[in-house]
Amino acid sequence: MAKPSKNKTPQSPAENPEFALHSLQEEFEKAKRYDASPEQLRQFYEQMLLIRRFEERAGQLYGLGLIGGFCHLYIGQEAVAIGLQSALDGDKDSVITGYRDHGHMLAYGIDPKLIMAELTGREAGISKGKGGSMHMFSTEHKFYGGHGIVGAQVALGGGLALAHQYNDDGGLCLAYFGDGAANQGQVYETFNMASLWKLPIVFVVENNQYAMGTAVGRSSAETEFYRRGTAFRIPGMKVNGMDVLEVRQAAEIAFKHVREGRGPVLMECETYRYRGHSMSDPAKYRTREEVQDMKDHKDPIEGLKKILMEQGNTEDELKAIDKDIRKVVSEAADFAENSPEPEPSELYTDVLVEEY
Amino acid sequence: MAIELKMPALSPTMEEGTLAKWLKQEGDEITAGDIIAEIETDKATMEFEAVDEGTLGKILVPEGTENVAVGTVIAMLAGEGEDVSDIAVETPATDDKPGEGKDVGREPSEAEITKPAKKSGVKDPEIPHGTNMATVTVREALRDAMAEEMRRDERVFVMGEEVAQYQGAYKVTQGLLDEFGPKRVIDTPITEYGFAGIGTGAAMGGLRPVVEFMTFNFAMQAIDHIINSAAKTNYMSGGQMRCPVVFRGPNAAASRVGAQHSQNYGPWYASVPGLIVIAPYDASDAKGLLKAAIRCEDPVVFLENELVYGRSFELPELDDHVLPIGKARIMREGTDVTIVAYSIAVGLALEAAEELAGKGIEAEVIDLRTLRPLDKETVLESLKKTNRLVIAEEGWPTCSIASEIVAICMEEGFDHLDAPVTRVCNEDVPLPYAANLEKLALIDTPKIVKAAKKVCYRD
Repeated sequence: MAKPSKNKTPQSPAENPEFALHSLQEEFEKAKRYDASPEQLRQFYEQMLLIRRFEERAGQLYGLGLIGGFCHLYIGQEAVAIGLQSALDGDKDSVITGYRDHGHMLAYGIDPKLIMAELTGREAGISKGKGGSMHMFSTEHKFYGGHGIVGAQVALGGGLALAHQYNDDGGLCLAYFGDGAANQGQVYETFNMASLWKLPIVFVVENNQYAMGTAVGRSSAETEFYRRGTAFRIPGMKVNGMDVLEVRQAAEIAFKHVREGRGPVLMECETYRYRGHSMSDPAKYRTREEVQDMKDHKDPIEGLKKILMEQGNTEDELKAIDKDIRKVVSEAADFAENSPEPEPSELYTDVLVEEY
Repeated sequence: MAIELKMPALSPTMEEGTLAKWLKQEGDEITAGDIIAEIETDKATMEFEAVDEGTLGKILVPEGTENVAVGTVIAMLAGEGEDVSDIAVETPATDDKPGEGKDVGREPSEAEITKPAKKSGVKDPEIPHGTNMATVTVREALRDAMAEEMRRDERVFVMGEEVAQYQGAYKVTQGLLDEFGPKRVIDTPITEYGFAGIGTGAAMGGLRPVVEFMTFNFAMQAIDHIINSAAKTNYMSGGQMRCPVVFRGPNAAASRVGAQHSQNYGPWYASVPGLIVIAPYDASDAKGLLKAAIRCEDPVVFLENELVYGRSFELPELDDHVLPIGKARIMREGTDVTIVAYSIAVGLALEAAEELAGKGIEAEVIDLRTLRPLDKETVLESLKKTNRLVIAEEGWPTCSIASEIVAICMEEGFDHLDAPVTRVCNEDVPLPYAANLEKLALIDTPKIVKAAKKVCYRD
């Protein structure tokens, strides 16, 4: 009967049908490990160790009742945040993640005191104690959270990438999510638009093998998450997330691709979380042996320690680093424990920006 | 037997259209499927296809004619063996039969909800005395608000389904693509959750997105981002991270589109701290408040009404017509009873007030305009004067804006009440499709009149 007239055919996203979705992986396979300088290696080690010790302490504070609610520890996954974020251009690039966010903030060098004080719900916390473990932000560092709804950060990251493209600021967005979030519908809605509009975004699946208590094989039809961009013509990369040098090398390749205006990349970092999903995790879904095996053979910090020793760093030097970090973390914990709670008057602040 | 070609109804709410162009001329042979004419509706330009075969006889409505009512005979088609010149031309008549989109099957008095309302007598106090007034539709006012803000601020952009090349599913974004280009007027796939998240993230990243939902019914797929991502972030970040995004689109019942496409989300969003919720009625408020919403540092849900898009109102000709968020407007002054309304119900309330005036009851009509934050001072001031209050709301009664007003009057206006505060809302059912049931379910002027008389103890 009647139909709309004069609609132009929209441009096809698949402008280059020859584009090989495996090209980045092939490039990565040629040389998987980043050639880090001795200073960089040491820095990676310090940063990963800071996350490890910070999280161990957070776990203790939770046990003491100083941290409430949910608290998702990053222990075991340190190489992912450090490998990727060390490759960012801090002036331009943005980062967004889910609720397991302590490590990503520490990777920026944000004062551990501000983070720990947020975990304990104190006025000095980075969100004035009103966000908590899952809702931390640092716009100064272009770190956009810290989001509690599984998968929401992927679409929001798409928006941050849109802003980079709109402002033509040369930046990219690094959007992390877990293997659990990878099954949310909005992730694929975002993949579609990101690829269609060639948004500067790197999607990172931190595959820690368990969506809460459900093993990937029990929740996902396709457990090779890096392949999941194929339907949207997003090239995938499969990376050993327990090796900071591999992650860093993959970041170099992915960021280069994105900065050239060639659209998004989907990177899967295979990693492992040593602790429970949150603090109250019965851990019935895996064996102690499995966890122990990971710690003994795959640990990202032990792995890097081995390299540092091979390069001539002594056991004493590395112990001294650990000692310094423990001191920083202890100070952060003391600060977080002894800082005052927010004033009751803070209850009604920051609901809206303006007054009406 | 000659066939009458009638002005088709091309959308659920179309009542008239422009016969933009004849693509066939008198005497042309026509086969089924031929495109005979282009018709411009309030939403889009559509092609009018022939369903019958024959020879195009007399063209009764020349091209370029505006406001051709649906059902008007626009041309005659001669059948096989008929002589075109023999076709008797009858007086063009309007088709009264039920059809798509009109106030079909209803008595004129029944079609309250879709009927244009009379002008109000009281000027908006925000508009300087002596300002020239232009007559524009709500649709144009909304478009102009976006265009003006896009000219003013490079960060402002519009995204949504069919906002660009199609010129807007309801033509609200008409012309924006031509002026601002595809970078700032972005067609999205049908993927509400995804693009609401992208719009919200872009606001976090420093832009000023205007996210259009084709209707707010579809925004239910995206409500997580509106509430969890947009509304709460400023608070959760201790004031660090703002989210200046506008979510806008038509809300509430349209006409005969059934339960899934007919719902008022005003009460839903108005219950969420961290959101601004605006639901304007006329063109002046639509423009002035949308401009304010785009400039606002907080996330805004801007609820429009499809049935009001095509209505014309007076709009002040000001260089920069921006109205304050959070301020109600007294649309008509009165002393005997207060009628509080918002969005389309304001028109009904004004009609009810006229009818009540004929019965010696002077009603004061308040348009809330902003649902959150709610201007309770204006409501309570009016209650102090009239001591009686009725709320007219095109939406469900349970946990409604009306319920909220009742609570405010009880808690803060109890001493001024001479009668129970009364809600006039839609019936508490999913909106039915059948014309008669739909009419029964929606509020109308007689229901408001009845309630006002009741609180005045005049029934």
